[in-house]
Amino acid sequence: MELLVASAIGAMTAGGVYLLLRLRTFPVILGLALLSYAVNVFLFSSGRLAIDMSPILSKYGEASYTDPLPQALVLTAIVISFGMTAVLVMISLGAYLEADSDEIDIDQADLDEDAAK
Amino acid sequence: MSTSSNLLFLIALLPFLGALVPGVMIRAGRNVAATFTAVPTAIALILLLTFAPAVMRGEVIQAELNWLPQLGLSASFFLDGLGLLFACMILGVGLLITLYARFYLSGEDPVGQFYTYLLLFQGAMLGIVISDNILLLLVFWELTSLSSFLLIGYWKHLPEGRQGARMALTVTGAGGLAMIGGMLILGNIAGGYNLTDILQAGDAIRASEWYMPALILILLGAFTKSAQFPFHFWLPHAMAAPTPVSAYLHSATMVKAGVFLMARMWPVLSGTDAWFYIVGTIGLITMVLGALIALFKDDLKALLAFSTVSHLGLLTMLLGFGTEAAAVAAVFHIINHLTFKAALFMTAGIIDHETHTRDIKRLGGLRHLMPLTFFIGTVAALSMAGIPLFNGFLSKEMMLEEASHTYWAGNHYVVPVLATLGALLSVAYSLRFISHVFLGPVRNDYPAKPHDPPFGLWAAPALLVILVILIGVMPFLAEGIVTAAASAVTGADLHPHLKIWHGVTPALYMSIIAVIGGAILLALHAPLDKAWIKAPRPEAKAIFDRLIAAIVGLTQRITYSTHNGAISRYLAIFTIASVLLGALAFMGGGLSAPTRDMLPVPAVIAVGWIMLIVATVSVVTMHHHRFRALVLIGIIGLTISAGFVYMSAPDLALTQISVETVTIMLLLLALHFLPKETPKESSVGRKMHDGIIAVAAGAGVGGLAFAFMQRDISTISSYHVENSYEGGGGTNVVNVILVDFRGYDTYGEIIVLGIAGLLIYALMHALLDGPAARRLRNTDYSQDRSKDRHPLMMVVVTRVLMPIALMVGLYIFLRGHNQPGGGFVAGLVVAIALLMQYMASGFAWTQDRQRIEYHTLIGFGVIIAGITGAGAWVFGVPFLTSSYTYVHLPPIEEFELATAMLFDLGVFLTVLGAVMLMLYSLSRIARFAGETVNVEAMDYDPASRVDDGTEER
Repeated sequence: MELLVASAIGAMTAGGVYLLLRLRTFPVILGLALLSYAVNVFLFSSGRLAIDMSPILSKYGEASYTDPLPQALVLTAIVISFGMTAVLVMISLGAYLEADSDEIDIDQADLDEDAAK
Repeated sequence: MSTSSNLLFLIALLPFLGALVPGVMIRAGRNVAATFTAVPTAIALILLLTFAPAVMRGEVIQAELNWLPQLGLSASFFLDGLGLLFACMILGVGLLITLYARFYLSGEDPVGQFYTYLLLFQGAMLGIVISDNILLLLVFWELTSLSSFLLIGYWKHLPEGRQGARMALTVTGAGGLAMIGGMLILGNIAGGYNLTDILQAGDAIRASEWYMPALILILLGAFTKSAQFPFHFWLPHAMAAPTPVSAYLHSATMVKAGVFLMARMWPVLSGTDAWFYIVGTIGLITMVLGALIALFKDDLKALLAFSTVSHLGLLTMLLGFGTEAAAVAAVFHIINHLTFKAALFMTAGIIDHETHTRDIKRLGGLRHLMPLTFFIGTVAALSMAGIPLFNGFLSKEMMLEEASHTYWAGNHYVVPVLATLGALLSVAYSLRFISHVFLGPVRNDYPAKPHDPPFGLWAAPALLVILVILIGVMPFLAEGIVTAAASAVTGADLHPHLKIWHGVTPALYMSIIAVIGGAILLALHAPLDKAWIKAPRPEAKAIFDRLIAAIVGLTQRITYSTHNGAISRYLAIFTIASVLLGALAFMGGGLSAPTRDMLPVPAVIAVGWIMLIVATVSVVTMHHHRFRALVLIGIIGLTISAGFVYMSAPDLALTQISVETVTIMLLLLALHFLPKETPKESSVGRKMHDGIIAVAAGAGVGGLAFAFMQRDISTISSYHVENSYEGGGGTNVVNVILVDFRGYDTYGEIIVLGIAGLLIYALMHALLDGPAARRLRNTDYSQDRSKDRHPLMMVVVTRVLMPIALMVGLYIFLRGHNQPGGGFVAGLVVAIALLMQYMASGFAWTQDRQRIEYHTLIGFGVIIAGITGAGAWVFGVPFLTSSYTYVHLPPIEEFELATAMLFDLGVFLTVLGAVMLMLYSLSRIARFAGETVNVEAMDYDPASRVDDGTEER
């Protein structure tokens, strides 16, 4: 089980990083989404895996529970990463509409022009 | 805290408080501004003088206000003899300068600004001399650099002023940086950052192996500030400042800060060979070199500037000697130099003001036209030359006396000869100041008609000149303050006797040689000057400019090679660095044996894993088809939600699945405006290169996770589980952590989310006002649209679903404290319910029925959460401490009321508002792009159609 989760984290990280390094905005956003999945699951896994031990206190006496703290952290992380993705989407949309290009790198020619100024 | 320490704080604060006034009263004129500058200065001076008797007796006034004592940060001040001397100089001369500047500046200059800068500087300088904490001292030190930058560049229209200000800031700022390093080392050795502690730890510091680095770094700061060779060049260029600034900063106060610091650190740093050879030698070189250049300067202020450099060198040299008698001479000369040099600068300012030139070669014969100025200037210059009966003579004699028995590398002659040479040159340029400006025939080609200035201009230098004569004739007047200050410098109990006649000593012979030699040199000035002009000399400004240009070029090359505008390159560098650092840390640690057994893998989980891996690989290989990639991303998100359910994280599963929904909606909306395909433009090499980075990162993270999951660590989580019910009143531990244990984090997070929502809204408005709006109008999106915009079935179903979805949201919200759910999830669920209406019935229809603005929701959410948290204060408990009770109302079951629920309501509202605002903003763009608005929700309304039909028939 642990191996599956770890390999899934690894695969999503690799895919996320690869897409992050693409040259257009949309793949980069997808890459970021993929990477945030990986990070969320990674954080979650730092509480160790447990089955049928939800951190809901039992009414019927003693029971063992999984670690709730990473879950709380990941919960807000999921929501925040949505917010950040949305901001990024809006910025890339704006950039595309303003410049008619969704390339993320600035042309070397533009840079030289700036430097000359 | 005692009254006296309160007063010390007040003294330190007064200039800064006062600085506010002239700046805001910029239109009130020169008299008002000067008055409001003089008042706080005078009050501070009077308060200071009330301490004088106690300090002269040898007491030390202290005041401390702790801020971060663990880090050694505190606002602590202390006043001893040295501090008192300098503070009196700063405030006293400050008053004189205020008066002088009132008459010197013209009504067209922004005088309010000038006085504000002046008070800022005064406060910073005062702070340096009475700081106990060296970190505080550093802050004031940098403040003097900054405020002097403003003062030197005060006449913004003059390029020399701007360049001079920049040069001064660069040199003194760089020195200040070095000094920060030195001070931190010093504090580290001494184990505390208060001067009073450091001064006790002298032996430990001198014995430390870090002594040399600390010494050099601190001296760099002191030398740059006090314009010591080879950093002397900035001071003459700073002369572009208005003359009151030159008189105040560049003779009396700021340039003495370096000398002050060396005096302050004298008990700690001096007494070693390194100290003697660095400080003494640099001082000696600076003294002779400065005096030599001064002799050949034609600009009055440049002459005075180089003479100041020379005298600062003299002070540095005396401190460098490391003997107590030399320290006494240094302290005494600080006072004397202040009086005559400030008077001379003011005289130069008067001459400039009245004749409109400072060029010595265009002056001469002014004694008949400006007798009063002649008198003042002559007395001050004679004192600078070291002629008996003026105070400059006394301290110069003491300096020569000290020099006469100082050995340099075993050589008995080097120091006395060079010191005499310095004194000789000093006599020469001082006499030149008198003879070439005031003596000689009256000329008829002055740029303006010179006459003595009004009282306001000559009062301040006249007062200083009276001091020159008083101390010169009756040196015992200064004995008290010199004793107190010198004792504070050396840390010993000194009783120096200042007198005019010491008998026939070597110093007297050296003095006589200096005066006669100086007079001869002046007589030969004309031929020497010609030779000097012909001789090749390094031009400091050109060297400095070339150096700066080289540094700028270098940083530019580095910046443009790494920071070339390609985000993909930064991300690659960042990822590689992270992987390497992670690998390095991993190598250093080593790995213990696994302590946990692996969990078994049921078949359904294996299927989920395969789906996830296949989807991930497919996203990477098929990302050029953007819609397809989006669908695959959805699959990954849903698989992860399912995984959360299986692995005991129901709250996460709920959140993930709802976030997934809104994310995909958002991306779909965005994709409407973006190209639908990504062009294939990466080369194979680039793909390989990115692929290697990606695989390395993935392997690293995956390996780390695997290693982590197989080992147990001790966590703080048991606390949360145990206290969730008793302390937080809920059985859903995750929710209790969110709203109670870590409520502060959650509060911050909803604020971030709210800001993100508002940011997107603002971006949308900015876009619709810019060129993007035109592009949107002109692009044809019709081929993307469905022919049937609002399908009947969907409209009906979503409307029926709406109350049900709201009910589900409410249910999830209410049960959240005890069962999976809560504000975050409920907010997302309700947002999805509303979004369905937008999608099915159209933007306008839904917008018409929206009663509350989404910004308002965000605002109320944050406010409710904040007030709930702050409500805890009413009961005297910390922010966000929750309280709860159980209520039993007969018809329904017993239920719980907790303040945490109110906080969760805030979370709910913020999440709802932010999500809606984000998607609403995107839909606004869609409408702007020419999407027509349907008035009716349904394209086809059966009811009205039947009626119409009936009537027609």
